[in-house]
Amino acid sequence: MSSLSRDDVANLARLARIEMTDQELENLTTEFGVILNAVARVQEVATTDVPATSHPLALTNIFRSDVVIPSLTPEEALSGAPASEEQRFRVPQILGEEA
Amino acid sequence: MINNSAAQMSQDLVSGATTSVALTQAHLDRIAEVDDKVHAFLHVDTQGALEQAALVDAARARGEKMGPLAGVPLALKDVLVQKGVPTTCGSKILEGWRPPYDSTVVTNLKNAGVVILGKTNMDEFAMGSSTENSAYGPTHNPWDLTRIPGGSGGGSAAALAAFQAPLAIGTDTGGSIRQPAAVTGTVGVKPTYGGVSRYGLVAFSSSLDQAGPCARTVLDTALLHEVIAGHDPKDSTSINAPVPQVVAAAKNGEVKGMKIGVVKELNGDGYQAGVRQRFEESLELLAKAGAEIVEVSAPNFEYALAAYYLIAPSECSSNLARFDAMRYGLRVGDTDGASAESVMNMTREVGFGREVKRRILLGTYALSSGYYDAYYGSAQKVRTLITQDFNSAFEKCDVMVSPTCPTTAFKIGEKANDPLAMYLNDIATIPVNMAGIGGMSLPCGIAPEDGLPVGFQIMSPVMQDQRMYSVGAALEAALLSKWGAPLLSLAPSLGGAA
Repeated sequence: MSSLSRDDVANLARLARIEMTDQELENLTTEFGVILNAVARVQEVATTDVPATSHPLALTNIFRSDVVIPSLTPEEALSGAPASEEQRFRVPQILGEEA
Repeated sequence: MINNSAAQMSQDLVSGATTSVALTQAHLDRIAEVDDKVHAFLHVDTQGALEQAALVDAARARGEKMGPLAGVPLALKDVLVQKGVPTTCGSKILEGWRPPYDSTVVTNLKNAGVVILGKTNMDEFAMGSSTENSAYGPTHNPWDLTRIPGGSGGGSAAALAAFQAPLAIGTDTGGSIRQPAAVTGTVGVKPTYGGVSRYGLVAFSSSLDQAGPCARTVLDTALLHEVIAGHDPKDSTSINAPVPQVVAAAKNGEVKGMKIGVVKELNGDGYQAGVRQRFEESLELLAKAGAEIVEVSAPNFEYALAAYYLIAPSECSSNLARFDAMRYGLRVGDTDGASAESVMNMTREVGFGREVKRRILLGTYALSSGYYDAYYGSAQKVRTLITQDFNSAFEKCDVMVSPTCPTTAFKIGEKANDPLAMYLNDIATIPVNMAGIGGMSLPCGIAPEDGLPVGFQIMSPVMQDQRMYSVGAALEAALLSKWGAPLLSLAPSLGGAA
């Protein structure tokens, strides 16, 4: 189970929204074979009686007071935007309709 | 002047022997002189640093109360945002981005009057152990320019070793502060998780990432630790408790009666002979200083690396989804009629480097339906086992120790095409991140076979960071009296005036 086909890797790239070249997919397919074999070792000791740890601190529901504090101005928030218009982020078309 | 400790620089500033402007200028001159060889910096903020230094000098002249590091210069890892100063995380996807706000670490530094010289080189998004994964080219180890300075915080560590800055900030997700410290003969501390705010630290693996102090002495590291640590309401995982008294511990350096646990599994096969030799000698020095050396076992540490390379990529695949070409950073392929999705796909292809893509895909796989339990779920269970190993070991000792890395600095390019060999560098540092405890690396000598520095790692329980400073200061003092001069006095001068 610790190996992936080139098509599997291409599907992962699609899910991760990265347009990869054929050469990159080839390389990653080979590398994943080795890496997955190594990381699959966790299954040797991860028995059903062991609880999972998702975080080093046992924290739950940290809230702040519901008060207004200073925040970025629209100009600051847009200062790094690749494109903006009328104080908003301008993005490429999201739906399939004509722009 | 630039060879001094930060504590000495601070004294000179208080006594009036120098000014912050003069001190800052001396470091900027040193950077100009040697950074074409070392490449520790991605951005040098000459004007900003001199302006801040002048403000500190003026405040001091007015008789204002100053913190202990006021006016002392520092190098900042390029993963922490500083308002108006370019922040790239070593990635093309953020080239040219100037953050509109300060990270809490930067706010704390500014409030303390620390002068920020610039941003240091790093593996892209802190993923790597050599700084070779920077999109802007590698940093070179000042001890031997053909070798790696460690990673991901190779720039910060190299800046210290090359006397370009007396203080630096790093971040440590699996060893990115401690391993660079070890291979450059400098000191680095990963505080207890939650001890230093992550607000404004560009996230790689949120449950593991921790910013921390780097310097050339244990006391300087402690002084910087107390400046940046403390509760921050802007980080919900920040610990709301008093900062451990690390400066007092570093000044005291007392180990009489302390139990020091040598981790059986982090030594032996796979560790370079010179690394083991210097580590054993250090244990003898600590015993002479009055500590009791005991052996402790952590049987699940051998699974830590495997668990790390599932947990960190999983969290990174989620965290790096924010780089979507919409709100900041690079945008590629935004031609008439192009869809948002195709722009996103092309931007991430062009903007991310090889290791980042590898980890995003690995994480995507580990989190995907049908594989989640076998990979990410199992890794989380290993995390529990590692924490249990630490807990039972800390019942038998006050701190745990090991070599920081299995080897000294390797050659640039040597492991660049072998991800697994590269990952093995972090075998002794990763368990600390998995359990969220504190870890320090300090120099403990030169490996006779290659003449390169060796790191000694000290691990302390959650929010007991002062313990590693006590042990570190004791060992540093014993080594200094043995050597007669700091280890870095043996490093090449790089043709500069140091």
